[in-house]
Amino acid sequence: MTTTVSKYETIIGLEVHVEMNTRSKIFCGCSAEFGAPPNTNVCPICLGHPGVLPVLNREVLDKAMKASLALNCTITKDSKFDRKNYFYPDSPDAYQISQYDKPIGQNGWIEIEVDGYTKRIGINRVHMEEDAGKSTHAEDGSSTLVDLNRAGVPLIEIVSEPDIRTPNEAKAYLEKLKAIMQYCEISDCKMEEGSLRCDANISLRPWGQEKFGTKRELKNMNSFNNVKKALEYEQAEQESMIESGVAIEQATLRWDDAASKTHVMRTKEDAHDYRYFPEPDLVELEIDDAWIESVRATIPELPAERKARYQQEFGLPSHDADVLTASKRVADFFEATVQTGVEAKSASNWIMGDFLGYLNANGLEIEEVPLQPGQLGAMIKMIDVGEISTKIAKEVFKEMLQSGKDPQAIVKEKGLVQISDEGELLKIVDDVIANNPKSVEDYKAGKEKALGALVGQAMKATKGKGNPGLLNKLFLDRLNA
Amino acid sequence: MSITLQEVEHIAHLSRLALSDEQKAKMTETLGKILNFANELQELDVENVAPTTHSLPLKNVLRDDEPRTWLTQEEALSHAPQSENGHFKVPAVMEG
Repeated sequence: MTTTVSKYETIIGLEVHVEMNTRSKIFCGCSAEFGAPPNTNVCPICLGHPGVLPVLNREVLDKAMKASLALNCTITKDSKFDRKNYFYPDSPDAYQISQYDKPIGQNGWIEIEVDGYTKRIGINRVHMEEDAGKSTHAEDGSSTLVDLNRAGVPLIEIVSEPDIRTPNEAKAYLEKLKAIMQYCEISDCKMEEGSLRCDANISLRPWGQEKFGTKRELKNMNSFNNVKKALEYEQAEQESMIESGVAIEQATLRWDDAASKTHVMRTKEDAHDYRYFPEPDLVELEIDDAWIESVRATIPELPAERKARYQQEFGLPSHDADVLTASKRVADFFEATVQTGVEAKSASNWIMGDFLGYLNANGLEIEEVPLQPGQLGAMIKMIDVGEISTKIAKEVFKEMLQSGKDPQAIVKEKGLVQISDEGELLKIVDDVIANNPKSVEDYKAGKEKALGALVGQAMKATKGKGNPGLLNKLFLDRLNA
Repeated sequence: MSITLQEVEHIAHLSRLALSDEQKAKMTETLGKILNFANELQELDVENVAPTTHSLPLKNVLRDDEPRTWLTQEEALSHAPQSENGHFKVPAVMEG
């Protein structure tokens, strides 16, 4: 990260689309599941046939309210839907049913922690809308193929206030938003499957100036890291444009990940005119306090609360609590492990280190691995009672992650049980002492470190199975005798 | 209230309608009349009437989140002028 102080302040606002995990679509009963053969989850309503009548899915409304409340928004009690008009083949109605002036949630905020400070980012609005279908463009440019399975899948769009000041803050905001959506079970938020999409608006202004500069919109970032990279690129780009006297024009840019740069897609001249008007086929909503409170009651403990509890209840460092609570499934796994009766910090170390490291390295989600919390608990207990060393445990754990076998079974199968038999170890200790006169001499001359070298030799001789604590004691007994 | 020729051209473009000069002139006149007619509503005193977007006395019409199947792929594509590999085939569109 560069630490050069820029002459300009960066202003970023994010628009995030989250696909909700309801079973059926927003306005018809077609399945909303991802990955079906093309055009099989379709009906006259989502195909835009004439004369059909959309009806709102109750679960979509409840989940949109839940998301709004979890983002500290006020619920719009007389919310309604509007038509956003545009022509594109993936939108068969020639309009998208969305919300214009009465979004379901308004004026919320979330708190992010980044680069050592905490900051509140405002949420301007949360609104419900239908997703469009998916277009595939023929390589020779001769035609476009359209699959309408996704048309009508429920979305919420979450629009932030222009409160974000750095690309790092943008990434932290997205991570927090994703965690909250996952905790509330609104979406799985998989960017690679398109269930979370992000557009970013960015502008620069001289420090101290109140008026915003002209913003440009970035699209097509398919990971949180790419959002950050695209914003960093655009930040530098706009700064050099201003410095060289080039006027920035309002434009939409596409992030090209392969080339690590942006391309202009369209400028203000062809900006859309969506001609929003109230959707005549859907009646108004009337949401009362009792309804709002019943939805609020379904919001689980959110990441920030859970983090505070981990620090308090388990005495975990802030960093551990942060990493563990970033994903609900990881946090649940951690708690279930602790419930087997092991030290919270041991469980945290194994999960943050070997477990998450393995998931990241292999691009896996926690639920794709057969390992169960009870098995990790059992393994930590085996270390605690000296049945296996930490070193052996790392090997056992790897096997557990891959096969889902119990640690006891793996240890038995591979003959990894720790040697704690004094007689057996003593023979090895004597051998090591006989073969390493230099280390013995060093130790006796007062070099404490030489003891470690001797224990190391003994561990090597036992292929890592020697009980290191016991070996240490046996060496001391022999050498100080 | 009336409408200008430029506004008619803009709406025609948004609606993907290619109008001749003659049609544009006619539309400007016709749409202007319609707008003027609708404008009479503005003269009503609605000070004590709550704003609404619907004339129906209905609120909260909702359905349960129950998936159901409706059309097969063949049926879904049966009205399409062109299809390919289970997809609707349309003239090339590029983002932009």
